[in-house]
Amino acid sequence: MWPRSSINERTMHNTDFDLKLDRLTKVEGSASLDIRVKNGQVEYAHFQITEYKRFFTQAMQRKPIIALPQLLSRICGTCSNAHIMASIEACEHALDIKPSEQTKILRDLTMYGLNIRDHALHLYLFALPDVRGKDAFLDFDENDPVEHQMLHDAFEIKAAGNFFSELIAGRSVHAPYPVIGGFMHFPDQKGITEAIKKFEAVRPAVLRTIEIYKNQPFHFDRKTNFMALVPYDHYGFIEGCINTGLGECITEEGYRDHLERVVLPYSQASGYKYRGGAYMVGALARMNLAKNLLHARTKDASGGALDIFPSTDIYMSNLAQAIEILHCLDHSLEILKTRKFNPEPIIKKPFREAVGIGVVEAPRGTLYHKVVVGADGMVKEGEIIVPTGQNQINIENDVAALVEKMLPDTSQEKMQFEIEKLIRAYDPCMSCAAHFLKVKWLEP
Amino acid sequence: MIQDKKLKIGWFSFSCCEDNTVVFTELMNDHWQEWKKLFDFRHVRVLKSNNVLDDLDIAFIEGAIASDEHAARLKEIRVKSKKLVAIGACAVVGMPAAQRNYFNEKQKQEIEFLVARFQALPKVLKVSDVVKTDAEVGGCPMDPAKFLEMVNKLVAEFKK
Repeated sequence: MWPRSSINERTMHNTDFDLKLDRLTKVEGSASLDIRVKNGQVEYAHFQITEYKRFFTQAMQRKPIIALPQLLSRICGTCSNAHIMASIEACEHALDIKPSEQTKILRDLTMYGLNIRDHALHLYLFALPDVRGKDAFLDFDENDPVEHQMLHDAFEIKAAGNFFSELIAGRSVHAPYPVIGGFMHFPDQKGITEAIKKFEAVRPAVLRTIEIYKNQPFHFDRKTNFMALVPYDHYGFIEGCINTGLGECITEEGYRDHLERVVLPYSQASGYKYRGGAYMVGALARMNLAKNLLHARTKDASGGALDIFPSTDIYMSNLAQAIEILHCLDHSLEILKTRKFNPEPIIKKPFREAVGIGVVEAPRGTLYHKVVVGADGMVKEGEIIVPTGQNQINIENDVAALVEKMLPDTSQEKMQFEIEKLIRAYDPCMSCAAHFLKVKWLEP
Repeated sequence: MIQDKKLKIGWFSFSCCEDNTVVFTELMNDHWQEWKKLFDFRHVRVLKSNNVLDDLDIAFIEGAIASDEHAARLKEIRVKSKKLVAIGACAVVGMPAAQRNYFNEKQKQEIEFLVARFQALPKVLKVSDVVKTDAEVGGCPMDPAKFLEMVNKLVAEFKK
């Protein structure tokens, strides 16, 4: 069952050791992990985001503001459409542009397409092999009825999300239609009819996904704080206030006072704390804080799965993602069946000296963009806070707790597998979430 | 002459946003059954845990080269691959991953300590600055149709 047959099976009788899960000697990737254990206690667990910096916060300086969303989209291919939405919102706040109702709906739909496609990728290609004890999703057996169904469900759900992203936003990755002030293109009736057909056809597959993760065999509970942008009316990813999980809901503009940046010298990214403590963002946080806002049809169909939340079990993030896919389908279907989309002009305003903040819920959690623009329409500076950075300290705390729980009698191979699986449940990002770790055991 | 054997494929990401990997996984929605029969995915981190870098028929490279370690790894892949294909803008032209190459003096000073701390190269390189490429598919992200066209062409060559 364990995929690392190259590693000799050993049992940990010694409770002093260094554990290095290192991407450098085996595969390229963007994360690694160093753990030091002394006297049976984890002294530290450093989750290192090792993707080489591409310096977008410097590169955005002196760029025309209208070019900014497409530039910042290139921060992350997986979440590119979320970066576009956050950047557009920041730029519109800076320029005092209020989007039309239709634009707001098209932006909601853009985020729905992103989440369907992206969550399905994580749930099936990354996480499901762990559930089935396989190395790769493509190793699933087509002659096994259960795995046959999973293979077909995965690619059909992903394809529906991809089609929808192309229809609404022009592309799944670095979408060209959404811009500051509106959309450059509008969905036609033929495409809308096709999307409705695809979504209705794929809905039973999504319900099966929920069942899989409701019954998943893994659990890891550790009390932590959850934070998410919680909408005012319907469950969504763009509007709302930032619910800190501690009884406050702060406005987007006030975010910076509430986050404490922790620079981690061993990592290419920054970690963040809130009121001195680690916290978690992402689907689990959203479901814990906002499940009452899900679409009525989703609530009806999710049954007992919703009763599991709020949950501190990190693996329930997978279930939360599956439920979010259903919500994205159900709310999109309602919108597509009940309204028409008409061409609208792009809203434009004169440039002015201002600061704009944009906050959205990317698939992996709260994403913050800040832009400072001059009267000439050129960007002076900016700041971007990504979900994986916010989760970094929480991941480290979870890994430390997991390792201590497994000591002293767990084999190295099993420990590596469990650590990787746990980190994967955070769905950190494409470059981290897949399979990136190699263990070096450096026992003193 | 590889009539019936599966082609050994590797997909490697260096400094980039991995948008081409996303497009690749979306192309699988329509092609996974065909590719499963055609390809042995030897080293595709997005798809599997047990990745092996041995002799490959085709290596796809996305991303720019930002460190000596990247360059050494790329050279190793080149030696072990019959065909090496640069995928996406960062691999083909270096940008936008190489945007720090064009920073002004003030911006360079701001990032200098980080470049030094992580032993990054003074300038970010495109793939063909480091190794010979056999084909290139540009774009940010790559155009799915052009990628398929190139893949089909390479497969036909191997099947001759």
